Amino acid sequence: MNFEQFSYGSSFLHQLDTRAKFVSCLILVMILALSRTFAAAASGLLLGLLLVLLARLPIRMVVKRLLLVNAFVGFLWVTLPLSYPGDILFSLGPLSISLQGLLLAGLISLKANGVFLLIMALIATSSVADLGHALERLHVPLKLCLLLLFSYRYIFVISQEYQRLLRAARVRCFKPTTNMHTYRTFGYLFGMTLIKSLHRGDRVRKAMLLRGFQGRFHSLYQARFGTSEICFCAAAMGAAAGLIWVESLLS
Amino acid sequence: MLAPPLIKVEDLSFYYSDESPPVLDSINLTLQHQQRLGLIGPNGCGKTTLFHCIMGLLKVRSGTIFFRGDKVEDKAGFQRLRREIGMLFQDADDQLFSPTVIEDVAFGPLNLGVAPDKARLVASDTLAELGLSHLENRVTHHLSGGEKKLVSLATILSMQPRALFLDEPTNNLDPRTRLRLIEITNKLELAFIIISHDYDFLAETCHDLASMEDGRVSPALKSSLHTHHHVHPHGAHPHKHGDH
Repeated sequence: MNFEQFSYGSSFLHQLDTRAKFVSCLILVMILALSRTFAAAASGLLLGLLLVLLARLPIRMVVKRLLLVNAFVGFLWVTLPLSYPGDILFSLGPLSISLQGLLLAGLISLKANGVFLLIMALIATSSVADLGHALERLHVPLKLCLLLLFSYRYIFVISQEYQRLLRAARVRCFKPTTNMHTYRTFGYLFGMTLIKSLHRGDRVRKAMLLRGFQGRFHSLYQARFGTSEICFCAAAMGAAAGLIWVESLLS
Repeated sequence: MLAPPLIKVEDLSFYYSDESPPVLDSINLTLQHQQRLGLIGPNGCGKTTLFHCIMGLLKVRSGTIFFRGDKVEDKAGFQRLRREIGMLFQDADDQLFSPTVIEDVAFGPLNLGVAPDKARLVASDTLAELGLSHLENRVTHHLSGGEKKLVSLATILSMQPRALFLDEPTNNLDPRTRLRLIEITNKLELAFIIISHDYDFLAETCHDLASMEDGRVSPALKSSLHTHHHVHPHGAHPHKHGDH
């Protein structure tokens, strides 16, 4: 598993306070996701592209991830033109391609890529730990923040435990096929992983209690919401207003 | 007047249910200031359970725990005790949950109400003392097993405890880290209770030994020096005598 590939860097966006990035991202993504015009969707995509460039993310990795997203978007290009009712562009026997379906698939592709780029530039440039602390300071319920932080910390451990069980099964000649034995074995593996995680959670809680944990995380890092954060938020709000303006002009 | 022992346990018993046999069966144990006590015993004899009972993680069925002469019975009492006794868990992954090493080492001091700047300083100093400064900004789950063990020791030492409970500290450690742990343990001027099957480790770190079996603790007989002959089948990697 590879996480946080974009989290560490020295660009302007990496240094910005996570709260500023999170709030800006949330607003921009919501507007982009709700837009219905090509102009707004294309502007959003452009904005995302600009921010990714500003974050100086490694282009190869960005492209690799975009390809992954577009593999899902590709399914829409297969299904929407065939199933969406509208003006028929051309027919092939019982199958017909609709203009509206094609347009809709195009719009969704633009929006999906735009949203993805925005999240990559604004959220992925923070570490999960920073994100957790930022959410806490934005008064997101503490339990949800802790859930995020701990899921991230222990997902590796849980995955290792699962792999270890799977290896133990393999060295005893377990070969997954399509039969009851395989299903049952995977059931056991998942079940055992769950139980182990539960016990792990209990031990972690105990270890935390012994070190004086009383339900609150105290961050080592002081909040720093300075001029650059305010400027960035203002610029993001400007962009958001621009998107809404483009949208209202054309619809 | 003599200071009361750091910890005194009287007739402590623990069992999971009334039908099951007791895991701990009226245990009596005393830990003096600066005393180093090794507890040796087979798997499942209740060693870890004993630690958890003293730290208040498990509720004892009967018996009393005294900390510095005072009876410990409520939450506040255990919290006072936990401030001064650090416990090292068997699995370091249970203990390291912060994203970076420095944050994890500062976690305890921050919980005790130390200001962030000061906590960071305490954490850096603790890591420096253990020779782990280079790990400060590393991500905890990417450390090696040995590094994890030493860092989790640092997370406890940063709370400046008076005593340490070590639960199987040498499990899965390579010989070098094990040696390092012996060195560190012997340098610390604290009281210790160390649970281990590793007799050699206990012999090098503890003055007193006790053995535990079927939920009971009994003082171990003094060890006697003896020699034995053995071959080194792995000729290319012989172990050195005197420092295994």
